[in-house]
Amino acid sequence: MNIKLLKLLNRDSRTSVKDLSAMLGIPEADVRTEIEEMEREGIIRGYKAVIDWERFDDANVSAIIELKVTPKAGLGFEEIAAKIMRYPEVESVYLMSGVYDLNVMVKGRTFHEVAKFVAKELATIESVTSTATHFVLRRYKEMDVELLGDGVDERGSYSL
Amino acid sequence: MDYENLLSPTVRALKPSGIRKFFDIANTMQGVISLGVGEPDFPTPWEIRKAGIRSLENGKTRYTANRGLELLCREVAAYTDRKYGFSYDPATEVMITVGGSEGIDAAIRALVCAGDEVIIPQPSYVCYEPLVRLAGGIPVILETTAQSDFKVTPEMLRSVLSPRTKLLILPYPCNPTGAIMERADLEALAAVLHGTDVVVLSDEIYAELTFGEKGHASLAAVPDMKERTVVVNGFSKTFSMTGWRLGYACAPAPIMKQMVKIHQFAIMCAPTTSQYAAVEALRNGDEAVAAMKEEYDMRRRLIVKGFNELGLSCREPKGAFYAFPCIKSTGMTSDEFCEKLLYAEKVAVVPGTAFGQGGEGYIRASYCYSTEHISEALRRIGHFLKK
Repeated sequence: MNIKLLKLLNRDSRTSVKDLSAMLGIPEADVRTEIEEMEREGIIRGYKAVIDWERFDDANVSAIIELKVTPKAGLGFEEIAAKIMRYPEVESVYLMSGVYDLNVMVKGRTFHEVAKFVAKELATIESVTSTATHFVLRRYKEMDVELLGDGVDERGSYSL
Repeated sequence: MDYENLLSPTVRALKPSGIRKFFDIANTMQGVISLGVGEPDFPTPWEIRKAGIRSLENGKTRYTANRGLELLCREVAAYTDRKYGFSYDPATEVMITVGGSEGIDAAIRALVCAGDEVIIPQPSYVCYEPLVRLAGGIPVILETTAQSDFKVTPEMLRSVLSPRTKLLILPYPCNPTGAIMERADLEALAAVLHGTDVVVLSDEIYAELTFGEKGHASLAAVPDMKERTVVVNGFSKTFSMTGWRLGYACAPAPIMKQMVKIHQFAIMCAPTTSQYAAVEALRNGDEAVAAMKEEYDMRRRLIVKGFNELGLSCREPKGAFYAFPCIKSTGMTSDEFCEKLLYAEKVAVVPGTAFGQGGEGYIRASYCYSTEHISEALRRIGHFLKK
């Protein structure tokens, strides 16, 4: 598998096969095959746009929920994680080291909606022993992309 | 005041850089996409910046020794030995300069007397000829061509050597052609230089941006050549430190002694903060440089393939960060091509003639830009060529 190819796709998944082929110095057909293989093997799970929702009127709110849970014997955290990730409100679920167990990113239309989801859905799951909700106030960087500023090239035309 | 008569005729006769012309027009236009800048787009690696900040916090705000911090001179000697296999004495043969440019100026002024001939291969960086003229020297232009990969061959060198030749400029890896001189090429030149008193000024500012497995080869590492070689290098391109204004020169002690005098009177010493940052760069910068180089390499392949697909034949640049495609197939001169491209598609590139008359029929396109930027510029150039 080509790690350079993955890095390029991770940076901009819309880079054309033709450009990828040029940049990596491998034939286009090989680029296509490698991408297909990595999709098939589940290494590449999807392609999404990086969106600055704040610049879009209809902005959502998000919160990071710290969950403490009691793992089930034999199943560990898998069962509870599988249950939580099926909610459409849930963007990501991570098992964490440290003082809590699961980190759950939840999105909703309003603070109220998110708070209600946590109280009515997450907190009521049997093995969940506590929740702590942290609302996201502002995103400065998202998936390696800086959301602040307008990316102006600060270089003047002074070089000779 | 009659300024015309006051000013030095030599200085007045110097022409401003041909790169400026198109930038000045481009700067007045909206939506221009440039492939003009010869400056890395990466910020200086953070650890290097931190070393500069730390030096300020520690109050390192005074002059350093004229020739540079002793510590930095030692690091330069160790770095060049490790990377390029030549060793100059840090105490007597190394000097820290204000960019590579100052090293070039000091070397030329230390060596060239009125009437001395200086061989300048072209197309090449724009500063050599004016600096030679300021020193009273006579520039002897050696036209390199695509047929010889824009290298200096022994035959070419022999054809321009004369009893008045004082200095040979060796600007490799080359801005704008991207040509490099490999070890065997240098050994062939060494055979011609052997037994002469010609000094070589090797401008190796793009040394670390040599693509391919062999890496950069320096004339100073060729047996018996160190005694006649002044190596100029710097931090701007390698470590993306253009604004820090820092370079270094290595030269045999008798030459360096005179260069240091010039530097001492004209400059005093290179910026102290930059010198402390540079120590970090040389000690621990390899990884950051490798990452930037990998990025340049991908852009290089993208732009070269792009030009060739557009029908503008483009050789593989093996060093520096410029592509130098041939535009003769369009029937336009370099100047016409650049001007029309700028007005029609708002893409700024530099005519090859800015680097000497031998650059006619070529344009220089820098690839110090993101791949998205390069792709968009190529798309516009493609549109331009169709019309």
